[in-house]
Amino acid sequence: MIEIDGLTKRYGDKTAVDGLSFVVEPGVVTGFLGPNGAGKSTTMRMIAGLDRPTSGTVRVNGKHYPGAAAPMSELGILLDARSVHPGLSARNNLLALARTAGLGRRRVDEVIELAGLGEVAGARAGGFSLGMGQRLGVAAALLGGPQTVVLDEPVNGLDPDGVRWIRLLLKSLAAEGRTVFVSSHLMSEMAQTATRLVVLGRGKLISQTSVEEFTGHATTGGILVRTPETARLGQLLAAPDVTVINDGTDLLRVSGITAEQIGTAAWRARLPLYELTPTHASLEEAFMQVTQDSIEYHAGATR
Amino acid sequence: MSAVMQTRPGPTQGAPAPATVAGPVTQVRVVRSEWTKLRALRSTWWCALIAVVLIIGLGAAIAGSGAPYKISAGNSAAGGVTISLVGILFAQLVLGVLGILLFSGEYATGMIRATLAAAPSRLPVLWAKLIVLVGLILPVSLLAAVAEFFTATALESSRGGSAISLTDPGVLREVAGASLYLTVIAVIGLALGALLRRTAAGLSVFAAVFLVVPLVTAYLPQSIQGFAPYLPSNAGGTIWGAGKLFGGHQLGPWAGFAVLCGYAVVLTGLAAWRLQRRDA
Repeated sequence: MIEIDGLTKRYGDKTAVDGLSFVVEPGVVTGFLGPNGAGKSTTMRMIAGLDRPTSGTVRVNGKHYPGAAAPMSELGILLDARSVHPGLSARNNLLALARTAGLGRRRVDEVIELAGLGEVAGARAGGFSLGMGQRLGVAAALLGGPQTVVLDEPVNGLDPDGVRWIRLLLKSLAAEGRTVFVSSHLMSEMAQTATRLVVLGRGKLISQTSVEEFTGHATTGGILVRTPETARLGQLLAAPDVTVINDGTDLLRVSGITAEQIGTAAWRARLPLYELTPTHASLEEAFMQVTQDSIEYHAGATR
Repeated sequence: MSAVMQTRPGPTQGAPAPATVAGPVTQVRVVRSEWTKLRALRSTWWCALIAVVLIIGLGAAIAGSGAPYKISAGNSAAGGVTISLVGILFAQLVLGVLGILLFSGEYATGMIRATLAAAPSRLPVLWAKLIVLVGLILPVSLLAAVAEFFTATALESSRGGSAISLTDPGVLREVAGASLYLTVIAVIGLALGALLRRTAAGLSVFAAVFLVVPLVTAYLPQSIQGFAPYLPSNAGGTIWGAGKLFGGHQLGPWAGFAVLCGYAVVLTGLAAWRLQRRDA
């Protein structure tokens, strides 16, 4: 569990994080969303005790992290920027960290396997691709079997295989009862991985909610329907709370009705459908709406 | 919609904590961690090798050329040892770099974030680096100085020079002192690396203090040279007799070495303060 209370970080005149308060619960994946420069990485660095808050407190599993007796069992963290020594092999990078917690080669080999780095474990980390570097960082975060896992942009630079791996990994960590807090600028990725969301804009908390609630607030979105019979299908679906938009092609954007209802209606009327796609990318749009508001509010408030 | 139901986790007090494997951070464990890094980095062994080659190689070159060293009223046995130990003036730069890199290398690569996240109390990391650095350089430089001594004395006496023994006055102090001097220099490098965080900045300050300032000072008028004996290299150099190479007023060997150690302690203290206080 991560408890953040009134957290503020200033660098000179610039306020990176402004009075942030939220709680990240164990057992679910919590996404951390915000535009670049919103203060996500700064917040994560403060969680790990790397940056000292100007004011406010961070508690990891109920404790002040820098004072934890066995830090690596409390928190494992992957930071946005690379934090490995390029002159050391993947194995030695991990071994050096493992030693601080009394762990040895066996545990290192376990996380190397877990991260799929078996073939390159002896190679110098400096030669790693961005994707392999991310896998190494994730392996480092998991070394101590931490109760809380914090990952900054873990899918950054990963191939589709790696993205799938991260997705499953995060869910299985949460299923084990761990706290999983993961930032991403890929909103669609969060929709598939996270259950809860913490949304940040300009260093301030915009929203702490579930993914469903968050997308539910979005007014746009809907279902894409491709059919040669756009006019007839449009008439068929017409109802007071259903909107059908046709941009002149064979594509309809329908909202206020489910994909199942559209499909069934078309089948009953013997209308061919070429495509029926619920657009869950609306998390992206919801995010844009919410953060836009915050940016405008701040622009108005600043001198 | 079951996913929605799961968004509110049950009370955490009742839930069993997930399995963890990490143990507490102890000073011994952080030392093992730092040794793992130091041992695995190529730069460590390059710097050590170059320092050893400089000490023994230059010593042998000096002992094997020019007029053989004769002990006389003005030329003590210890003085002969000092001359053949002159490789230290160059080895100190290499070992200083090794010390600087031990910290600045972590800031340059970003590894410091992983290091400090794993040992968030921070100070044990500084002490561990100090311990592994001293643990490496003290024996390596001592072996090099002893090997240089026997090589140089064998060469000198084969060419008709005076036989110098470790038991001659001041000789043992100079040979062992060479190793102590180099070790403290490396510690100063480490502290500079931790304080300045950037390799280039650390190297510049180190080169200025140990190379430029002593040379410039030597050309200053006698009247404003009063601080010269207290410069780190001049003060510390007295333990292996380096003052004799340049002449001028100098501190006694142990007093001088104590001054050098004083610089190391102050710089390490500042490094500890900065490591503790500043964002990583």
